[in-house]
Amino acid sequence: MPKDHGIGASPKRREDVRFLTGAGNYTDDINVKGQAYVHFLRSDVAHGTLNGVDTAAAEAMPGVVRIFTGADFAEVGGLPCGWQVTDRFGEVMQEPAHPVLAQGKVRHVGDPIAAVVADTYAQARDAAEAIEYDIDELPAVIDMKAALSKGAPKVHDDLTSNLCFDWGFVEENKEAVEAAFAKAAHVTTLELVNQRLVANAMEPRVAVGDYHRATDEHTLYTTSQNPHVIRLLMGAFVLGIPEHKLRVVAPDVGGGFGSKIFHYAEEAFCTFAAKAINRPVKWTCSRSEAFISDAQGRDHVTKIELALDKSNNFTALRTDTHANMGAYLSTFAPSVPTWLHGTLMAGNYKTPLIYVNVKAVFTNTVPVDAYRGAGRPEATFQLERVIDKAARELGVDPIKLRRQNFITEFPYATPVAVEYDTGDYVATMDKLEEIADMGGFEKRRKASAKKGLLRGLGVNCYIEACGIAPSHLVGQLGARAGLYESATVRVNATGGISVMTGSHSHGQGHETAFPQVIADMIGIDESMIEIVHGDTSKVPMGMGTYGSRSLAVGGSAMVRAAEKVINKAKKIAAHLMEASDADIELKDGQFSVAGTDKSVAWGDVTLAAYVPHNYPLEELEPGLEETAFYDPANFTYPAGAYACEVEVDPETGKVTIERFTATDDFGTLVNPMIVSGQVHGGIGQGIGQALLEGCVYDDDGQLLTGSYMDYAMPRADDVPFYKVDHSCATPCTHNPLGVKGCGEAGAIGSPPSVVNAVVDALQRGGHEVTHIDMPLSPSRVWQAMQQG
Amino acid sequence: MYEFDIERPASIVAAAKALNAEGAQALGGGQTLIPSLKQRLDQPATLVCLGGIAEMQGINASGNDLSIGGGTTHADVAAGAGAYPALAALAGNIGDPAVRNRGTIGGSLANNDPSADYPAAVLGSEAIVRTNLREIAADNFFDGMFATTLREGEIITRVDFVVPEKAAYAKFDQPASRFALVGVFVAQYGDHVRVAVTGASEGGVFRWAEAEAALAADFSPAALEGLSLSGDGMISDLHGSGDYRAHLVGVMAKRAVAAA
Amino acid sequence: MSQVSMTVNGKVATGEVEGRTLLVEFLRENLGLTGTHVGCDTSQCGACVVHVNGRDVKSCTMFAVEADGAEVITIEGMAAEDGTLGTIQQAFQDYHGLQCGFCTPGMVMTAASLLAANPKPSEAEIRAYLEGNICRCTGYHNIVRAIMAASGQDVSGIAAE
Repeated sequence: MPKDHGIGASPKRREDVRFLTGAGNYTDDINVKGQAYVHFLRSDVAHGTLNGVDTAAAEAMPGVVRIFTGADFAEVGGLPCGWQVTDRFGEVMQEPAHPVLAQGKVRHVGDPIAAVVADTYAQARDAAEAIEYDIDELPAVIDMKAALSKGAPKVHDDLTSNLCFDWGFVEENKEAVEAAFAKAAHVTTLELVNQRLVANAMEPRVAVGDYHRATDEHTLYTTSQNPHVIRLLMGAFVLGIPEHKLRVVAPDVGGGFGSKIFHYAEEAFCTFAAKAINRPVKWTCSRSEAFISDAQGRDHVTKIELALDKSNNFTALRTDTHANMGAYLSTFAPSVPTWLHGTLMAGNYKTPLIYVNVKAVFTNTVPVDAYRGAGRPEATFQLERVIDKAARELGVDPIKLRRQNFITEFPYATPVAVEYDTGDYVATMDKLEEIADMGGFEKRRKASAKKGLLRGLGVNCYIEACGIAPSHLVGQLGARAGLYESATVRVNATGGISVMTGSHSHGQGHETAFPQVIADMIGIDESMIEIVHGDTSKVPMGMGTYGSRSLAVGGSAMVRAAEKVINKAKKIAAHLMEASDADIELKDGQFSVAGTDKSVAWGDVTLAAYVPHNYPLEELEPGLEETAFYDPANFTYPAGAYACEVEVDPETGKVTIERFTATDDFGTLVNPMIVSGQVHGGIGQGIGQALLEGCVYDDDGQLLTGSYMDYAMPRADDVPFYKVDHSCATPCTHNPLGVKGCGEAGAIGSPPSVVNAVVDALQRGGHEVTHIDMPLSPSRVWQAMQQG
Repeated sequence: MYEFDIERPASIVAAAKALNAEGAQALGGGQTLIPSLKQRLDQPATLVCLGGIAEMQGINASGNDLSIGGGTTHADVAAGAGAYPALAALAGNIGDPAVRNRGTIGGSLANNDPSADYPAAVLGSEAIVRTNLREIAADNFFDGMFATTLREGEIITRVDFVVPEKAAYAKFDQPASRFALVGVFVAQYGDHVRVAVTGASEGGVFRWAEAEAALAADFSPAALEGLSLSGDGMISDLHGSGDYRAHLVGVMAKRAVAAA
Repeated sequence: MSQVSMTVNGKVATGEVEGRTLLVEFLRENLGLTGTHVGCDTSQCGACVVHVNGRDVKSCTMFAVEADGAEVITIEGMAAEDGTLGTIQQAFQDYHGLQCGFCTPGMVMTAASLLAANPKPSEAEIRAYLEGNICRCTGYHNIVRAIMAASGQDVSGIAAE
């Protein structure tokens, strides 16, 4: 029987009621009295020297309040990068300045040159057209390898080259890896592109800056996954505003997928300008503007080599990646192709020797940073593609080859510096083979063939490192922040509970799932618990939501705080029942004295805490509220196995996903309905990457995919129903809930199986195709069939 | 958008008069025009909304003749052009449902997007485009990408079709916009056949004469075997090369014939 | 500026608008009905879908003056007076057909139009009808299930998890 409440149940989401009735409160729904509107004049060239900006004519336009240029920010800090990578040679990365508004140079199409603040948005946009600016266009560097060639134009004149860093991992293994390749029985090599994507949360970014001169208090309403991080980065590094004078509110947020982690220029601008003009300033991004101002994702060009012995055991892995940083370093950009990528290269396999080289490169393109999965999809894709290619070269079953090389003993220390605590890769693969009905594939293939279609089956495994933390480790790796989480559990006099969490919910359903945990711990109804998040004035501290960390880190902090609350409540109960603390048991919302029939209810204890008429004041403070900070001991390691069946139309190259099956090990599930929804969404995005999406720049750095007219978003008829299963659970060993995180799995685990399936279909159709770069658009697939 | 006025005339005569004014521009369903105004690609002084003109609405069917008002939405054609199923099906697959509830046949034809569907139906059905000034045969109407032989301020009031014996439209979607990467409309009228192709050519919608001749002799997919178009002059972009589009024209033409 | 008057969710709404004022701007800014969202500027995402005279339209691709005299229904008009969710809204909650909620108003309005015209649509018909509504969170799985369930179809055979 499925549970009907608490951990493991799937109550309906309480947040849905407001979203379904139009009563959500998204940032663009917020209007502050007297607000002005800002429009950013953005560079229409990818690279150029900005000689001057003349705003005189524009300043005289109707409704204009003030026009800002880079000069206004001369005394203000640039946008900081939150992660410093150290290269193979022990040198720190090259880190260019990132001004709020362009100073002296523009470096990508969309780089903001000036900001016009006016009474209405239309007036701001009208006036922006009257700004005269003088740009000497420079040759743009778009291709990464060209950017590293001798004499290439430099994106940043003050850096020595366009190379941000050359990272080797694990550098000490390099020679041993080379030696293993030298004596390999078989080596499979694959060159591939993990194309640039745009996160495209359906809600475009918005920022509203407000300032009260009388109290010197700033408020920023922003579409953020982590308002406290924005407060810290913007307050401390950009504008010099201390935390107690800066409130950052991220209300209902319409999806993030990474793109709303980062601190953006527009947030700093609205906060700065509100004070400068003593008036609230609002910015609402259009979708077209989002395509040239939201940090983008992926964009790796990789060569991967897998060495096998004569028994088909993996003996070594070597991978060489160029990772595009874009024109500036976005907040967490350097961590993505390094620590979130190299550490995952072992995958689910006991490859003993691994060497990863990553060259991060500046180009005249929009900055690149984390997008759902962030580094882990790039690792998984290349690994699972090269394994599939190896199986085909060797003529062995791709599943068998994987099984043969699975890690089966846990904990397992990989050669890329992480230790997997638990997992059961055989179980998830067994489950996959069962529920994907692989036995029926041949029959389905024949039915497809009758229709003139090529059917293929692709499988892959994945592993990810989630619950991004612990602080001591990420600090060693270059993070300039801690990655704990905090929670305050505030019990009110009549027993209701407010949980203030630093995790932010922008679709993940925290308002429903988090209470399930507390309800179980105390034995009260979930309706007695509410979750407060997204406002730095209400929540003590928070590192936010990304990297599938909310429940594993934020939920654990909440558990720790709730444990403290329960401990104190037991002391109060002991006093009320004149018993010893140690004898108090809490069950179903009742405190009882072990071995007796004495009990008091949860509400009696909470009331006593706030109405301390009969209360042990000499031993305990009144009140019932506790805060905990939780910093985990390790990452969590969700893993799974995915299968995809496709039909390819050989006449047009069109790929149709016929079946998609996912088996995931997420450890303990708090709300299985929400977990499944997360996987569905991840798969949808993964299919999007595999078949549809891709950012294309021309040689001059113009974005050719600047709207939904050319950037293909997955739609309802591009995807099938998915079959997902989470029954193979090996709970995480080091957090109190045993949870592992589920937000990114689908996006990590799905692209390789789609591509593997298409290659399988084409090979079964007699085409000698070994790889097609994503997206596998009809034209690319058709082209590949013509050539092979 | 730049600032402009909107006028809502109730008759074709009043609309034509309004369109004579300096900077006036017609507004059909707005499904292409409004997005381009948002990008500030156009700066009309006045938009003359054609949506309120009753005489430009609706579908008249009589025998084999079908006359569609220029202001008729795609949804209304999809629902009401049952006498010409291939046309109704084409209209029912333009854009998405909400777009079909606003976009009009007159607006689509006047815009002549090289990837739009209606131009293929109109050219493929040898339709007559009627305006407030004259009637224009389909063969004389389309004048290259986004260009027609309409004069300044001229309004498409009706489009007249003769229902063919057999017809079908086969469309291959551009994956992002869902416009036609290639769309082929075939129609058989007695001893002659028309094959009109949209989405493919840099010159906009065109007739594939070789296919027309082959199908006139034998209206079957097999009749198209061995026929091919050159990729030269075909649109080449990130969604497909000219050669790919040329190839797809053949595939879609066969599928249209099979479906007709 | 011109005066417009329309019925929105059963109530007369009037206001002064410019020629360029979009219907969605009138709804959000003049009337404060912020449930209708704007997710793109090329008329594709469908977050702004409302009903005008009984038909689903993209309110970001229609001028407010074009809706003068019209009957407009927005997401705010889809629940009962007492707040009880409508059938489609309830199905979206029951089947987890939404995550961040941003595309949801448009999805619900589009689904309502579909079911009005086609009370028992097939999976393929639903997916086709949602062509103009983009969701980035759900992978569409539970949206399609919710709409099937709202139309009274048994969705128990479609994996719940």
